[in-house]
Formats: sequence, C-alpha cells, structure tokens
Amino acid sequence: MGRKLLLEHVDVPGIETYDVYRNHGGYKSVEKALKTMSPQEVVEEVQKSALKGRGGAGFPTGMKWSFLAKPEGVPRYLVCNADESEPGTFKDRYLMEKLPHLMVEGMITSSYALGANTSYIYIRGEYMFVLEILEKAIAEAYAKGWLGKNILGSGYDLDLYVAPGGGAYICGEETALLESLEGKRGNPRMKPPFPAIKGLYGCPTVVNNVESLCTVVPIINIGADEYLKIGTEKSSGTKLISACGNLVRPGVYEIEMGITVEEFIYGDEWCRGIANGKKIKALIPGGSSVPILPAHLITKTAAGETRYMSYESLSDGGFASGSMLGSGGFIVFDEDQCIVRNTWNFARFYSHESCGQCSPCREGTAWMEKVLHRLETGKGNMRDIDLLADINKKIEGNTICPLGDAAAWPVAAAIRHFREEFEWHVTHPEEAVKRNYGLLKTPEITL
Amino acid sequence: MISTLETQAKRPPFSAEKMEEVQGIIKQFPEGRHKSALLRILHIAEEEFGGWLSPETMDYVAGILNIKPIEVYEVATFYTMFNLEPTGKFVFEVCRTGPCMLVGSDDIIEYIKTKLGISKVGETSADGMFTLKTAECLGACGYGPMLQCGKQYHEHLTPEKVDALMDEYRAKYTSTNSQN
Amino acid sequence: MIKVTIDDIEIEVEEGTTILNAARMIGGDVVPPAMCYYSALPGTGGKCRTCLVEVAAGSTKDPRPMPKLMVSCSTQVMDGMIVKNKTSERVIENRAGVVEFLLANHPLDCPVCDQAGECDLQNLGFENGKEATRYEEERRTFEPIDIGDHIKLNMNRCILCYRCVHVANQLTDQRVHGALHRGDHTEISTYIEKAIDNDFSGNMIDVCPVGALTDRTARFKSRVWFLNPMNATCECTKCSGKAVVWMFGKEVYKVTTRQDKYGEVEQVDGKPQWLCDECRFDKKDVSKWTIEGARHIDRHSVISQGHYEKPNPLDNKPKNIK
Ligand SMILES: Cc1cc2nc3c(=O)[nH]c(=O)nc-3n(C[C@H](O)[C@H](O)[C@H](O)COP(=O)(O)O)c2cc1C
Ligand code: SF4
Ligand code: SF4
Ligand code: FES
Ligand code: FES
Repeated sequence: MGRKLLLEHVDVPGIETYDVYRNHGGYKSVEKALKTMSPQEVVEEVQKSALKGRGGAGFPTGMKWSFLAKPEGVPRYLVCNADESEPGTFKDRYLMEKLPHLMVEGMITSSYALGANTSYIYIRGEYMFVLEILEKAIAEAYAKGWLGKNILGSGYDLDLYVAPGGGAYICGEETALLESLEGKRGNPRMKPPFPAIKGLYGCPTVVNNVESLCTVVPIINIGADEYLKIGTEKSSGTKLISACGNLVRPGVYEIEMGITVEEFIYGDEWCRGIANGKKIKALIPGGSSVPILPAHLITKTAAGETRYMSYESLSDGGFASGSMLGSGGFIVFDEDQCIVRNTWNFARFYSHESCGQCSPCREGTAWMEKVLHRLETGKGNMRDIDLLADINKKIEGNTICPLGDAAAWPVAAAIRHFREEFEWHVTHPEEAVKRNYGLLKTPEITL
Repeated sequence: MISTLETQAKRPPFSAEKMEEVQGIIKQFPEGRHKSALLRILHIAEEEFGGWLSPETMDYVAGILNIKPIEVYEVATFYTMFNLEPTGKFVFEVCRTGPCMLVGSDDIIEYIKTKLGISKVGETSADGMFTLKTAECLGACGYGPMLQCGKQYHEHLTPEKVDALMDEYRAKYTSTNSQN
Repeated sequence: MIKVTIDDIEIEVEEGTTILNAARMIGGDVVPPAMCYYSALPGTGGKCRTCLVEVAAGSTKDPRPMPKLMVSCSTQVMDGMIVKNKTSERVIENRAGVVEFLLANHPLDCPVCDQAGECDLQNLGFENGKEATRYEEERRTFEPIDIGDHIKLNMNRCILCYRCVHVANQLTDQRVHGALHRGDHTEISTYIEKAIDNDFSGNMIDVCPVGALTDRTARFKSRVWFLNPMNATCECTKCSGKAVVWMFGKEVYKVTTRQDKYGEVEQVDGKPQWLCDECRFDKKDVSKWTIEGARHIDRHSVISQGHYEKPNPLDNKPKNIK
C-alpha cells in the first residue's frame, strides 16, 4: 500500500461530519498554522514542499502564492477552483463529497497564509449536491469557531462561501472563473494583468484547484521535509488519479508519484487491467486536453525506459512521443475503440465549450468538429486530414486563453499517432461507420 | 405539457421565505458586488418558477439585483444549465463526452429516446413527464454511462436501470401531486 | 520616452503605448489591421486576433523573443522591443489564418451588402487573405432583424468584435443588446424584441467594422462609391454636430461620424466626435447642414483605392452557398 495523505480516512463512516473528521486529526493544520506559524512561514512551507498545482497546468503553488500582490488597504482573495469539468477528471468531486471538511480546512489554512479574509469556493453548477454538502460542513466549522471572527483567538478573521457556476467548462480557466464569480459570462480575461495582481473585483487573488488546497493540509501537518520524501525528485507527494474508460476497476486513486504506469493500469491495488479481457489501444493520461499515447508508448517511453506516473516521465519525449500528467484524468481505450470517433467527440466538446470571444477558437474549433464529423461518419477525404492539421496550427498559440490550445493538441496528437486510422475511415467509409455504431444509426449531433 | 394553471402558479415573485434566502446570498459578496449572486439566484428562480427561465423571470431577477435585463439574458444564455424554454417535469441529462462514450453512453441515449417515443435529443415525452438532454462531462467518468436529473446523479446506467428510474420519477411525481 | 522598432523602423513613444498605436505613429505598411480594437472605446481589443505581430525581442533588459505571436492592440511596448509585422512570415501566415476564420461563417454577400466598399473585412480579406477559402461546411445563418426604427442587424455578417456593445455601455445609459449564447452560436441580439433607441445608439453603426449594423434611415439604395461624402456641421446641443453627409446629387443619403484612416471616429483634443441620433437619423434635409466641402477619404480602403472591381478573394464562393 502506498502512503495516503488525502484519502487516508476516506472510508471511515461519518467522516463527512465534523466530529468524526475532528477525531481523525481534522483541523490540526489550522491549529498548527494559526498558533505556531506566521502566514509567511506557511507560504514558505508550501513553497518548500514543491507542490505543483493539481488543476492541470502544474504551476508550483508556493511560487504562485509568493507572487500575490499586497497593496495596503486592498482586500485579497483566495478562490478555490472547483469547476472540475475536464473530461476524464472526477477527483475533486470525490474529495469534496467524501471529505468536505478537508476542503474547508485547506481553505482556512491557505487563506491564513495569503491574508485573505473572504474566500470563495467556485463550484460547477452541476455539483449542486456537493455545494450543499460543503455548505453544511462550513456551517459546522462556523459553529465550532474555525470560521468567522478571531479564529482560535489568533485575531484572524475568515468568511468562506460557496458559489455555483451554471454549466461551462471554460469557467475552469481561472480568469473566466473570476468573471463568472462576478456574475458575468465566462469570458476569459486577457493576461497580463494576472489574478495575483488584479483578480476578483480587481483585487489581488489566488486561484487554486481543490486538490492543491486540500494537499496544503498534510503538508502543514507533516511538514515539507517529510512531504518531500514521498514521490519523485521532480514530482513530490501523492496525486489523485481519476481513472476511467475501459478498465476493470475505474475510480479515484491516491498514488505516490513515481509508481509505474504499468502497475497503475494492471496492479491489483489499482485499476486491475483492461475490462473484458481486451488489450489496451491508447491512453490519455491527464484529461482530454493532453496528447493521446498509442499502446507502444504507454508503459515505455520512446527510448524504451519505464514510464512512471509523474510529471516528468509522462511528458518524456515532449509532444512527439510523450504526453502530460495534466489534471490526472486517466482515460484508457481498449482495442475496439475508434480514435477518430473519440477525437471527434472531444473536438465537439471543445467547440461546445468555447466561450466564443476570439475568432481562432470560436471558428476553428467549430470547423474542426465539422471536418472530423465528416471523417468519422465516412464522408471525409484525404485532404481533410491535412486540413485538420493546418487548422490546428492556426489556432494554437493564437487565442486569448489556453482552451484553443487544449482543443488543438488532442487532434494533432491523434493524427500524429493514428494517421492510418483516419485514412482507413476515408478508404473504408462503410466499415468505419459499421464498426463504430453497430446497430445504431448515425448518432444525432446537437451542438 | 405543463398546464396553464401550473405555469400561472409558478411565476414571480419569490415567496417571503425564498426572498430571505436570496438576500442571504447577496450578502455573501462585498458591498456593491451583488451581481456576483446572479448565477445562484437564477438557479433558485428556475427551480421556483416552473423549471425554466422565462423573460419575465429574468426581468424579475434583474430587478432584484438592480441590473439591466440584458445582463441577465447574456448570462442565462451563456451557461448551458439554464433552460430557456419550458421542459418536462423531469429533465434527464445524459453525459455524452468521450469517457462516457467509451462505456456506452450513445446506447443509453438511443434507449431513452425509444422509451420516451421522441425522435431527437431536446424533446419531451408526450405525457410531459421527461425531457431528454445531453450534457458534457459531469465529473462521473469512472461510473458511466450516467445521467443527471435535478440535483441527483445516476451512474452505471443500463437499460434496466433507466426503466427503473423512470418508474421511480413517475411515482415521485404522482405522490407529490396527490398530496396537494 | 522609450524606443521600439517595428519592421526595422525605430520610433520613440511614451511608456504605456501599445504596439498597434506605436505602429500607427509610423504609419503605412507597418500598421497591423485591427478589427475589434477601437481607440475611443476603452476595453475593446484582443478578440479578433488580426493584429497579431511577432515580438523578436522583448526589451533591452530581456531581449528574448516572445514565443507566441502577440496582439498588438493590447500589448504595451517596452524599451528596446523589436516587433515584426509585414516582415514576419509567421505573422503573414497566421493572419491569413485568422482572416480565413473570420470569413468561415461570413455570408460573402458583398454584392448586395450596404457596407460593400467601406467594409473593413472586405479590405482585410483583400490585403491579408488567401486566394480561396477551404471552408466547405454549411454556414450558420440568422434572419436580419430591425432593432428599432433606425438600425438593422444582419447577424450573418457580424464578426463579434463587441464594439457595438461597448458603445451601448459607454455612450448610452440603457444597454438593451449584448452578446448572447456562446461559442460559434454567439450572437449579438436583444434576446426579446426591443428597440435600440437612445440618444447615441446610432454610433454603433459607425463602429461596426462590417455590414452587420446598418442605417435603416439611409434613404435609397446606393453603393458608397456613387455617393459624395461632404464634411458638414450643424448646431446641436447634444453632440459635436460634426458629421459627414453622404450626398447623392442634392439628396442626403445618410449621415455618419467623421472617421480617420483607421475607420475610427475623429477625436478633437482627445474627445471623440460622436453624433447624436437626432443629427444622424432625422436630418436628411441638406438645409439642416452647413456644408464645409468634400470629404477626403484617406482610409485604407477599396473605395479610395478603386480596386473593388478587381478579382477579389471574396468572390471565390464555395459551392454550397445558395
Ligand atoms: C480551459 C481550461 C479549463 C480549466 N479547467 C480547470 C478546472 O476545471 N479545474 C481546475 O482546477 N483548473 C482548471 N484549469 C486551470 C486553471 O486555469 C488554473 O490554472 C488552476 O485552477 C490553478 O490551480 P492550481 O495551480 O492549483 O492547479 C483550466 C484551465 C483551462 C485553460
Ligand atoms: S480561446 Fe476560446 S475559450 Fe479562450 S477566450 Fe478564446 S474563444 Fe474563449
Ligand atoms: S454587430 Fe458589428 S459592431 Fe457589433 S459585434 Fe458584430 S461586427 Fe462588431
Ligand atoms: S465523460 Fe461522462 S461524466 Fe465525464
Ligand atoms: S484588433 Fe487586436 S485583437 Fe482585434
């Protein structure tokens, strides 16, 4: 068994209630931070732990915290990004649903570190039932004196609220999230200025993922030195992986960084192999936005080295033969799955979720969706494959926010590794449709 | 379809009790930042006023927050959770994104269509009970195929499970409606 | 003052100047096209991505090149920055890409569009586009609608620059239209039928870079190149009263603001010379105006260059257009 820092007590009955959580060591990090550490010391501890943001980009959390502007007389905000909508990712919901007090505790300790007196958890609107769970935990925390005025007699005040979105993947992008939290359309802002300088209501703001903020709790509890002993040199600690697709046992797992990909897919403790005795065809290791890996690059890198579950090993080989750990959305494809169809599905997703502000993303994602749909349903031609690659290049890097890139990369990677399958769809249109849909008619497309 | 009487009943204003809840939400945000409460109030308004946001409802919400009606329309049309047209009593939102597709969401969508006797996603069954919609990844990818109905998630769907669900919701509707 | 070099031309500008405005101070070919930025409307820019440029050196202090192309309308210059516009292959290639995107869902109905001849998109396509579009999919379509008595909205032509939304926000006190829905379904609309009728709403027509918002009070069918634009003034308590009156013979066809060569409303002492709706829509009698003389159209435009009749990339219609 690997070490569990977040999910250690997840199976304890009643852990979602205050008393049980507290009896299992809950709120200790708040006590430790508020009673024995200055805010700056908390920031330094997190910096030392080398925690990388768990929302997808992997930006060092402590460094982000140290960038927060602190002008006199201006409030600062901590906003938790609980918008979790990257296809393949469902770890944040698991954390908040099962361990709502861990989320609240992470918010308190982190808000203290940043000097925020009002903090928000922005949660996707579809998770309304999780919002209710969180609000219950927050009410308990207020009642027990962990929130509100003069917490633990330290003189530190904190109010914590949960605010729902309304159905928009783009609101996971931090500046779109802030717009949404201000009651507007989720249109990403241009950067600079970064949220650390001008964020919520124009005030300095830190936006962090649910898992990042929850991980602050064990880091403060056990100390950065101890935390650094877990994981690999470049990927410290543990990470939640949400595994899905054609697996025997999909689900949310906390792994120590650095176990092998092979062990994670086939190990008894984890996913237990491919469902229905089939073979693996491809893997998307970090959520729909990261490049897909073909079978021969999953457990080994292009150089023939073992592939590990870590930031550095999954990206070994760059985009040519590697991928990314991303948000930890681990999507496994069995031998019968169609890459073209899946690529179209994701392209449709990104087109549906584009905010529509900037022209390359708005028009480009919709165009790719249409071309891929033609290919997928056996109405494409060879030119379309190159056209896709070119549309891709024209979107990538030319947009306001990274959604454009997130839409472009998976298409580029699919064509790079599975070009033959795209071509087969052109040369064998009827078989392609039959294989994908069996007895089904062409699926209905509604955007 | 929703009867005229029902729609009449489900119109603004909020009850005193709901209004208090709404005012509480507005207070979660700093002075002058009350617009931040918009999304949450729209969710409440939708629930209170017949499951959709009519122009009247949106104008009413604009009034509460003292913002322009167009600011509400802009927001309500941006977010896919808000229904801008009346729906059936229960809305089944089936996730259709990649990971769910890998485990058979297309078949579930087809099955529900057949069961409801509708030809397209977005339509409502003839008895006005169920509307079928599709949704993008709902954060339950490891437990697909899945659907959301109201605040409830239903996971690991099979045709049998869908049948049972429909019966369950029908029964729920009948029991709540025979009470009053 | 700080120094910046654009396409090998050096210029000194004040700190805080954007690359686009620095380029406009030089003028000519080094000026990137701008479809959404509008100097008189703070907050515009960043959306269309036509103004992308390459930053070959960030500054004297940090001379590394910027990896991505930057939007010149919203990127401030730094001392010692080196920018490439027309001299960058990458810019030319990617800008052509942006043009193709902007035209992807554009109806290409120039022959019947009122804006033909003074359309920024037409010019953009002519100067920066490729020969033919590769877009073969069905285009999204909307019905043209009248938003009040004065303005017609043809959403098919809209490029979602958001300028008109900023006009409504900044010049009027009751914005009734905005951007609805999202992604490629985004549309400019009032949602429920509402008339846009406000003292300064007519300026939306002038800021619209394409023929999406047009003047319903324009009095008869005509193409701009048959009209004589005249500088004219009138006494007005609400606005500057400085206008261009577009004449056909002795008749006033339409009234617009005076625009500079970038298609933006002229400013006097930093004040944009907007027109009120009364001057724009109601004064169609030449006696209401004092004519100052012919207006010199120095805009980078197909009207002034007279090359509208030449084969044009926009004529290259894909097959599936009905
Ligand atoms: C299109 C898009 C969607 C995103 N969605 C999420 C999300 O659902 N959850 C999340 O935590 N971060 C998401 N991010 C990343 C955030 O912008 C941001 O980097 C993150 O919340 C920072 O937190 P971290 O440093 O703790 O990871 C998204 C980014 C983009 C560009
Ligand atoms: S890249 Fe896409 S999602 Fe991001 S701002 Fe542009 S249109 Fe919106
Ligand atoms: S109508 Fe014209 S001004 Fe308004 S967004 Fe569209 S193109 Fe821009
Ligand atoms: S893909 Fe269906 S819940 Fe994530
Ligand atoms: S003018 Fe710069 S992005 Fe549109």
